[in-house]
Amino acid sequence: MLKEKTTRGRARTRREASTGWPARLVLRRLITAAAILLVVSLVVFFLTQALPGDVVHQILGQTATDEQIARLRAELGLDRPLVAQYLDWFSGILRLDFGTSLTSGTPVADLVGDRMAATLVLVAVTAAILLPVAFTLGTLAARRPGGVLDHLVSGAATVLLSLPEFVVGILLVLLLATNIWPVLPPTSVVSGNQRVWDDPRLMVLPVLTLVLTAMPYLTESVKTAVRDELASDHIRWARLSGIGERRILLRHALPNAVGPSLQVSAMTLTYLLGGTVTIEVVFAYPGLGSALVSAVADRDVTVVQGIVMVVAALSLLLYLLVDLLGALAAPRSKGRAG
Amino acid sequence: MNAANSTPVHDDRRTTVVARMLRDPRSVLGTVAVVLVVVPAVVGPHLATRDPEEFAGAPLLGPAAGHLLGTDILGRDVLTRLLAGGQTFIIQGALATLIGVTLGAGVGIAMAMLSRRASELLLSVNDTFIVIPQILVSLLVITRFGATPPVLVAVVALSHVAHTARVARAATSHVASSDYVLAAAGIGLSRRRIAAHELLPNVLPVLLVELGVRLAASFVLLASLNFLGFGSSGLEWGRMIEENKGGLAVQPLAVMAPVLVMAVFLIGMNLVRDGASRALAARSAR
Repeated sequence: MLKEKTTRGRARTRREASTGWPARLVLRRLITAAAILLVVSLVVFFLTQALPGDVVHQILGQTATDEQIARLRAELGLDRPLVAQYLDWFSGILRLDFGTSLTSGTPVADLVGDRMAATLVLVAVTAAILLPVAFTLGTLAARRPGGVLDHLVSGAATVLLSLPEFVVGILLVLLLATNIWPVLPPTSVVSGNQRVWDDPRLMVLPVLTLVLTAMPYLTESVKTAVRDELASDHIRWARLSGIGERRILLRHALPNAVGPSLQVSAMTLTYLLGGTVTIEVVFAYPGLGSALVSAVADRDVTVVQGIVMVVAALSLLLYLLVDLLGALAAPRSKGRAG
Repeated sequence: MNAANSTPVHDDRRTTVVARMLRDPRSVLGTVAVVLVVVPAVVGPHLATRDPEEFAGAPLLGPAAGHLLGTDILGRDVLTRLLAGGQTFIIQGALATLIGVTLGAGVGIAMAMLSRRASELLLSVNDTFIVIPQILVSLLVITRFGATPPVLVAVVALSHVAHTARVARAATSHVASSDYVLAAAGIGLSRRRIAAHELLPNVLPVLLVELGVRLAASFVLLASLNFLGFGSSGLEWGRMIEENKGGLAVQPLAVMAPVLVMAVFLIGMNLVRDGASRALAARSAR
């Protein structure tokens, strides 16, 4: 499923590379991102608040008191026209005002703030380990197609890609925290004012799970990109001119493979953000994902709306950032832009 | 004329794909794995000698004569619950895949038949949904409607539409620009006739591979939702894993049994899918 995205990314890079200088590229991407966020906000609003049926009773259930019902109606502004409700909600979000939680009464923004830091740290640490390892493994595997490493990478991909993230997480808990070799804490629960990154041991298992689940696809993509490069005409020419194999790999093949691989990395990062939802629940990690799941269970609509918007915005932002890097790093676009 | 001679060719192709897969050890292994899980899951509820909610002993007991896989965190029989939990999971996942892929294929083929401009505009809207993590959309809908069976099937189906639409559109555009379709349009056949007789048979193999990809993805998403506490029966394997993970150190079987069953099922399905893509690729390379 991700494979078509790679080719799409590649095609787009080429097309936009020919339209000119980087600033214009950045601007185009930003406009696209803003448009996407607008669509996302419409979807979020439509799914939670605008669909026909009595939202209030569906959220509160049959046992709700009149007071609760009145409060929820006021909170969501349900007595007003849909368009006004949406504009109110959306303009609030632009001012980072997500309303107040229906269950705890605290502002959603307060709840999201700390949690977001914890999730971003999780994704950042994962990416810092994942990207170099996947690029190295992929490149090494590409040097000998059909070799031991190549088979190992493909085999690991078949197994790891088949399993949901939470299954990989549970297996790691069994292996490293509870039964076989208990060296790490099985959960990332923090107490009081402690931050989860204050104790690095709390982060090992969640990070390891995310790295393992995201690694196969990225490694496989890097491997394919480098292998394609190594089989291309200009590499054959370089070989014929007597350039050493090591130099060919590092100076000629890798730079060309980095562009398309970064596009896949961008997809991988948004995949990581989605993956944090279940991983955070497995380890009781105090991030956005676990907060979202308990809000969904409590049917706390304002919190769900807020977190979904924040996570969607973050995944778009990460995607754009890495996608841009990829577009700028590709030697083709540098050549034509100059 | 084309429809007449494309039918026998099509049948011949299909048999060779199956024949190829039968000779491929990985596909055979995958098929065996899937059958080993699906058959007990489907007949399981009828084999059970006790109610899955019934208490069979003290909580978190190890394996013994009365309870072969031990008891869970509340003292219920793990084997009984394992046999009871597969049916809804497999039916919901399969149903969601069929609905999602059918919808996606419809959207994709429709997109391919529109003008270039309209098609590209729709495609960029479509791609929006690919960038946003699917689990978020599922959770939104569940917040609003609760985790009932139709809602679970609907959210999982919904998660496939954008991907399948993209694949179906690409495949359709590819076929639509081929000589025989241009020829069919040239002799004045109607759009609907071209779609039904020329496009669909040739896009179908691509859609079948997509169906395999989506089937695996359905079960992953559904299991994750079940694990997060959003299941319709409370008996799903994902739910079992979640319930018993607190007792992992004492009675690992209560967690490992559903984990292993799910792993065998999903890995087997991916082996079959990869085998099918290889067989299809080998056929078209011929």
